[in-house]
Amino acid sequence: MLSTLQPPRSLSLLPLRRFRNSKTIVSAASSTTSVISPPQSQILTTRRSLLSGETTAVEIAKSYLSRIRLTEPQLKCFLHVSENVLKDAQEIDQRIAKGEELGPLAGVLIGVKDNICTQGMPSTAASRILEHYRPPFDATAVRKIKELGGIVVGKTNMDEFGMGSTTEASAFQVTVNPWDLSRVPGGSSGGSAAAVAARQCMVSLGSDTGGSVRQPASFCGVVGLKPTYGRVSRFGLMAYASSLDVIGCFGSTVADAGMLLHAISGYDRFDSTSSKQDVPEFQSQFLSMDHFESKPLNGVKVGIIRETLEDGVDSGVRSATQEAASHLEALGCVLTEVSLPSFSLGLPAYYVIASSESSSNLSRYDGVRYGNQVMAEELNKLYECSRGEGFGGEVKMRILMGTYALSAGYYDAYYKRAQQVRTLIRKDFKAALEQNDILISPAAPSAAYKIGEKKDDPLAMYAGDIMTVNVNLAGLPAMVLPCGLVEGGPSGLPVGLQMIGAAFDEEKLLKVGHIFEQTLKGSSFVPPLLANVP
Amino acid sequence: MSTTLLRTIQPNQFSLLGTSLLRRRRSNNFSVRSCGSQTTTTHEAKQSSPTRVAPKNHKSNKLDEILRDYEAVIGIETHVQLSTLTKAFCSCSNNYGSYPNTSICPVCIGLPGALPVLNSKVVEFGVRLGLALNCDLSLKSKFDRKQYFYPDLPKGYQISQFDIPIASGGYVDLDIPLEFGGGHRRFGITRVHMEEDAGKLLHSDTGDYSQVDLNRAGVPLLEIVSEPDMRSGIEAAEYACEMQRIARYLGVSNGNMQEGSLRCDVNISIRPIWQAEFGTKVEIKNLNAFSAISRAIDYEISRQALLYNQGKADQIVTETRLWEEGAQKTVTMRKKEGLADYRYFPEPDLPEVILTKEYVDSIRASLPELPEAKRRRYEAMGLGMQDVLFLANDVSVAEYFDAVIGKGAEVKLAANWIMSDIAAYLKNEKLSINDIKLTPHELAELIAAIKDGTISGKIGKEILFELLAKGGTVKGMIKAKDLVQITDPVEIEKMVIQVVSENPKQLEQYRSGKTKLQGYFAGQVMKMSKGKANPGLLNKILLEKLNAKD
Repeated sequence: MLSTLQPPRSLSLLPLRRFRNSKTIVSAASSTTSVISPPQSQILTTRRSLLSGETTAVEIAKSYLSRIRLTEPQLKCFLHVSENVLKDAQEIDQRIAKGEELGPLAGVLIGVKDNICTQGMPSTAASRILEHYRPPFDATAVRKIKELGGIVVGKTNMDEFGMGSTTEASAFQVTVNPWDLSRVPGGSSGGSAAAVAARQCMVSLGSDTGGSVRQPASFCGVVGLKPTYGRVSRFGLMAYASSLDVIGCFGSTVADAGMLLHAISGYDRFDSTSSKQDVPEFQSQFLSMDHFESKPLNGVKVGIIRETLEDGVDSGVRSATQEAASHLEALGCVLTEVSLPSFSLGLPAYYVIASSESSSNLSRYDGVRYGNQVMAEELNKLYECSRGEGFGGEVKMRILMGTYALSAGYYDAYYKRAQQVRTLIRKDFKAALEQNDILISPAAPSAAYKIGEKKDDPLAMYAGDIMTVNVNLAGLPAMVLPCGLVEGGPSGLPVGLQMIGAAFDEEKLLKVGHIFEQTLKGSSFVPPLLANVP
Repeated sequence: MSTTLLRTIQPNQFSLLGTSLLRRRRSNNFSVRSCGSQTTTTHEAKQSSPTRVAPKNHKSNKLDEILRDYEAVIGIETHVQLSTLTKAFCSCSNNYGSYPNTSICPVCIGLPGALPVLNSKVVEFGVRLGLALNCDLSLKSKFDRKQYFYPDLPKGYQISQFDIPIASGGYVDLDIPLEFGGGHRRFGITRVHMEEDAGKLLHSDTGDYSQVDLNRAGVPLLEIVSEPDMRSGIEAAEYACEMQRIARYLGVSNGNMQEGSLRCDVNISIRPIWQAEFGTKVEIKNLNAFSAISRAIDYEISRQALLYNQGKADQIVTETRLWEEGAQKTVTMRKKEGLADYRYFPEPDLPEVILTKEYVDSIRASLPELPEAKRRRYEAMGLGMQDVLFLANDVSVAEYFDAVIGKGAEVKLAANWIMSDIAAYLKNEKLSINDIKLTPHELAELIAAIKDGTISGKIGKEILFELLAKGGTVKGMIKAKDLVQITDPVEIEKMVIQVVSENPKQLEQYRSGKTKLQGYFAGQVMKMSKGKANPGLLNKILLEKLNAKD
């Protein structure tokens, strides 16, 4: 299987034109003729060029579709590409021609993770049990995107029902990392992350239950934003673990992720766990660099979480994180080390809670009303065969673990205890965030690893979630953005920095993240694959 | 006049409920201790062939003896389907009898990504019922998932309440009808909790496939769990009856057992009267009428007592039994191997249910007068228990009665009119009291018109039926039909003289001793007056004339 995933020659031998390792910032700046400019918001660029008449939505859509055609055979980010992209783009152009008001996402091409319902478009959560399933309704997040003019490009690949950290657990295909086609893109929102990294779409939606947006963002060198639990409606998100699931955003810039989040945020009467908190206008945070003061983050208190830099974290990741911290200090932040004593308890608690809830949430896939049904002589056989053949191994394992944890006699030892740990973790975070504006940590203990490397070692794979699961248990917002590169692949592998904020304070994350990103000289996180793709 | 009316009352004859109570006793194969000899008498009376009476009677007596040594312990789980406009967790309309799978949406059929949103009416109804059952309310309760697989359960779990129900620790007071021994009872209520109903399975005649109708999936229910306080089929049936009454009084459910809006599952165990521990518990399902509850329990008591008596107590096992209406017996549905594990855990899609004291107080203030309060009030008015139970049984009847006496009608007279002529009319026409055109005000007028002598009781009855069917006012009708009673002695005397003079033969016979003919004369005079002559006055004057020595 690996050999088929090797990059074609023309792609693997790309010159390192638009990429520089962060460790060589100084020399790079002096040795290259072209100065690397800070990343531009795709959403704003699109808007500007549409409004100025410089190009049309159809032109933009065509260029993206052709990029998908070129790169998709290797990357396999999409489970389904919409047949309506050009038609949707035409409608935008007609609106422009008529001088009608344009929504803030007009012409923006958006990938949607396959566990988020899109009306009439396949939505399978990358599971056989939902193969060919087309929902009769849009998820609230998708509906809002469409109302604002966004165009759904297609449905992105993922680990089945979000259970996995590599996208290898998809029932249909393995997505590869655009930075190194022999490596995983991370997961479970691997398709959404890789698609944005490969510029197959401008932004994308993912879902994050224990790090499924942030870890692939780190692996693919894009921005991944996990909002506060309740900020975005879960209506239409196929539930994995309801108390942890959130829909998150990917973009190639902080501004893009932030603007997408703004579009999908807010109270929804179809989700009782969505919050009535006001959604601030994030866009004011995305000042252009010309307006930055010399120390634009002066006085911002940043806590670096001690437990995330201990043993088990790759040295490259550790030094990239420390350099990112230094960069924040250079921008005026006050850096302190903080300790979260409950940190190491999070991972087991997370797996108990997530598995328990998933065992319940996945009960509805019984083959009776929709999805894969295996005909059988009697009822229990129908359940057994439909679910047995419909679910993949990882999903079955988690259903079994969750069923066990919720069983009479074990409930107190597992589920109840995990909830107690959750309370502890919340308390620790709260205390740390009373002392600090944001907390930082690596997004994952390592950069992207090889396809197949951890496939047969679930515990090793679960351990990779250590940086992210606590944030879900506490329900806090967090953002991962590329901060550097480490050795590996044809041209290095990106590493992400995780910023964690107080509940409903995405604004601060976006502000700090944007300034961090715009001032991080020397690195342009565009995968080598794209160098000779138009 | 009032005595005439009283004599027409047949206990339970027109009762909207009483007929079922009577019926269940008749087909009872076993007598129940608490019913005493009455039941046995009924049973014997039904036996037409003397050859069959003897052995059966013998057996029955023997069983009676056996039953004397055992006590039944009965608890009931009642599911009350709420009459909210929409379902519990989505906006689908909640109406019984729609074409299959037309009242459904992504939420109630459990499509991927759909989420429940609580209908606030369900909480309101839960609080209403909780308060009516004298429960303590949980100001903070939550929903849980009860998990099992079945095709009528779309999500693979039922949203219910597990460890923190909305209400708990209450009781209900009721009166046992006199014909079942009478007496006042108080039964404990363990808890009331909110949950959703499942869909329905329709099995093909051939049995080779089943169809799923999800119209009922997600319809709100309140489950009421009683304490194991009941000891007989009658007590259990009366308890269930009171649940229906309370649900209807509160307007939280139509309480219709045939439609499944009120469903009772009975838990029953028996123990020798000298034993303190409970016996093995058996659950009985498929009880679609109050009579079925009573008979199923009585059957089950006998079955278990016989097993005990024959030393086969080990054959009484924890199981679910079905009541078979046709065979009049319970049969094993499924034996439980250990306790079913529903793997309850808190429903993460729904926030906690927080009630404020103000909210609870406002609902408490809006509660109607409940059946028990009504019964006690009617009793205090001087009505007999028979009347009290009849009037308080149906909330519409009770409200009608209250309105009539509110207009100043005499209590006993109002009760009699409603329980006899009006009830008979309702029964014949298959109407409810809400359908009749006679307003409580006019009934009060009618009663007053008879009482003050404006019209005779006879005429009152005649115009009653017209008022029931067509409406109108008593005064208007009296005027239009010229029905005012003739109370002028001079006028009556004129008619008497005329009748007497026109019937010389009968007068002669009367005077020669055939005094029965007084009735004939009275009838003639009444006829002449078109029924309007005051009967007392008429008879008095008539007697004077007949006996006059002229």
